[in-house]
Amino acid sequence: MEHAPETKSSETMERLLPGQSPVLLPGHTLETITDKIVSIVLRRPVTLGWVGGFAFFFGLLNLMLLAMAWLFIRGTGIWGINVPVGWGFAIVNFVWWVGIGHAGTLISAILLLVKQGWRNSINRFAEAMTLFAVACAGVFPLIHTGRPWLAYWLFPYPNTMGVWPQFRSPLLWDVFAVSTYATISALFWFVGLLPDLATFRDAATNPVAKRIYGLLAMGWRGSARHWKRYESAYVLLAGLAAPLVLSVHTVVSFDFAISIIPGWHTTVFPPYFVAGAIYSGFAMVLVLAIPIRHFYGVQDMMTMRHLDNAAKVMLGTGLIVAYGYSMEAFYAYYSGSLYEWFVLKNRMMGPLAWSYWCLIIFNVLIPQVLWIRKVRLYPPALFCTSVVILFGMWLERFVIVVTSLHRDFLPSSWGMYVATKWDYMTYLGTLGLFFCAMFLFIRLMPMITIFEMRLLVPQSKLSEEAAHD
Amino acid sequence: MTNHGTGDEPKLHGVVAEYTTPDGLLEACNKARAAGYRRMDAYTPYPIEEIADAIGFEKTRVPLLTLCGGILGGLSGYMLQYWVNVSAYPLNIGGRPLHSWPSFIIITFEMTILFAGITAVVGMLTLNGLPQPYHPIFNHPRFASASRDRFFLCIEAADVKFDVADTTRFLQATSAVDVAEVAD
Repeated sequence: MEHAPETKSSETMERLLPGQSPVLLPGHTLETITDKIVSIVLRRPVTLGWVGGFAFFFGLLNLMLLAMAWLFIRGTGIWGINVPVGWGFAIVNFVWWVGIGHAGTLISAILLLVKQGWRNSINRFAEAMTLFAVACAGVFPLIHTGRPWLAYWLFPYPNTMGVWPQFRSPLLWDVFAVSTYATISALFWFVGLLPDLATFRDAATNPVAKRIYGLLAMGWRGSARHWKRYESAYVLLAGLAAPLVLSVHTVVSFDFAISIIPGWHTTVFPPYFVAGAIYSGFAMVLVLAIPIRHFYGVQDMMTMRHLDNAAKVMLGTGLIVAYGYSMEAFYAYYSGSLYEWFVLKNRMMGPLAWSYWCLIIFNVLIPQVLWIRKVRLYPPALFCTSVVILFGMWLERFVIVVTSLHRDFLPSSWGMYVATKWDYMTYLGTLGLFFCAMFLFIRLMPMITIFEMRLLVPQSKLSEEAAHD
Repeated sequence: MTNHGTGDEPKLHGVVAEYTTPDGLLEACNKARAAGYRRMDAYTPYPIEEIADAIGFEKTRVPLLTLCGGILGGLSGYMLQYWVNVSAYPLNIGGRPLHSWPSFIIITFEMTILFAGITAVVGMLTLNGLPQPYHPIFNHPRFASASRDRFFLCIEAADVKFDVADTTRFLQATSAVDVAEVAD
């Protein structure tokens, strides 16, 4: 080769605003990218910090198992739910977890389709986050049925009882929406992993690890023919997953909006649920990305640019959510319905008013600090804001579920909702499940997509003359 | 696999050339194709669309399969709901029609996505012949770097024009850093 491969770097580098950091800090080559990501799993010893963190979250996970065992023995009566509030924590947590998953799909599918190169370093762990969040979400409707061992009745299959599911019910739509979402997310994640597993297979020195990664890589060899079909399938999957980002939380919102309960029966629910999902999802992405880049020293791959962009997405979706709150209030007033108006007043001034005002503070007021560039570029502040948003989004679902149910049409059927320790244990337990899975994922799988990171290196590009031959 | 090679002692898979840059590989692919070679494959650590075109692989059937999968999924989703709600298990809910098509749209949509997605992945793997426990290219001593930073071109012994000495000379004339024979 006559010409050096670096000659084209100026063209492939993106245009940067003053003070903006690039998506990949300069100095990386194909070798360094591969070696760095591989070494996190295959060369780095298990640290005490990892063990400590894993043990903590494993403890939380066991709390969930304990709570669930008691639940299976005694039934859902151990929770705070009762007529009129039949939905309580289980549905609040379900909606919260499903929402968190959405950012992963947005990053991996929609940002791929619109060719946002900055997604390449955060898509893998965001997809893992989606999978684990959907798993946590799936726990709740399952155990909320009271008899989870009969949950397969939800699926249409020929049975000796001669009974079939009711397809006009939004709860059944939800079963299909969430299970499709889980399946497509898992496929997308696995397809993305395939070439990286081959890299792991080739880089592993431990024979057992080599064999396991080899089995998972299914004989991937990077053939040009394979890559072509692979890229085709990957983009198609992204195209198929993109409408799922919008549809899953829409269907979840139908669980509420299709009913006639005041406070739920509004058309603003689908778009505002979707925006809220992406809002909380990006908050979780930051809660994971900020410690990961610190502890694993990948600041050169997950740069300030990623944090900045994620913060901007949160700011944008947060404003849509705020608009949703104001429209909810406006509809209650404009509908002329006594009951809608009462639900709003009850939310703002009733016995659970604290939850409504905390929600406004956490979700609408505090996140406005993200307008300030210094906050977006200071990871600890960004981390705290993200945690606040996650709390806020949890409260949003609490307000929607509980305040609408506890006082609806007839004052004689009003009631109050207080969560029990079993409710809290189950919720904390799913946090344990989620973070345990994340801890294992980081130690066992390439948490940054290696083959897509290679595409960001100037050396990987064809030179102009070669490409036009 | 039929071997049109010279028929010498060890069965050959082909002759493999190694490159350090994508440019070098692309140039070699173009040259090989111009020289009349057809049975060849290139190996790269990341997707390069031009390489697939250069070795003569321009069209994949994955999109068509996916479309078929999606249509099948949508149809079966809708028909299942129609059959269940209208004939197998009709329930009168507030006097609404049994065939309440707006209620069926969501599951039809979900089934479309599900079937299309599964078809895309299974179709891609099947067409690629994966999972594949053994492939002769892995006999190349430095093939592990194909998943790291190196680019390989293999002209297979199954090619009509293949001749060990000629093909080796041909590949040595490109910008390859190494040319080696790989056993089948």
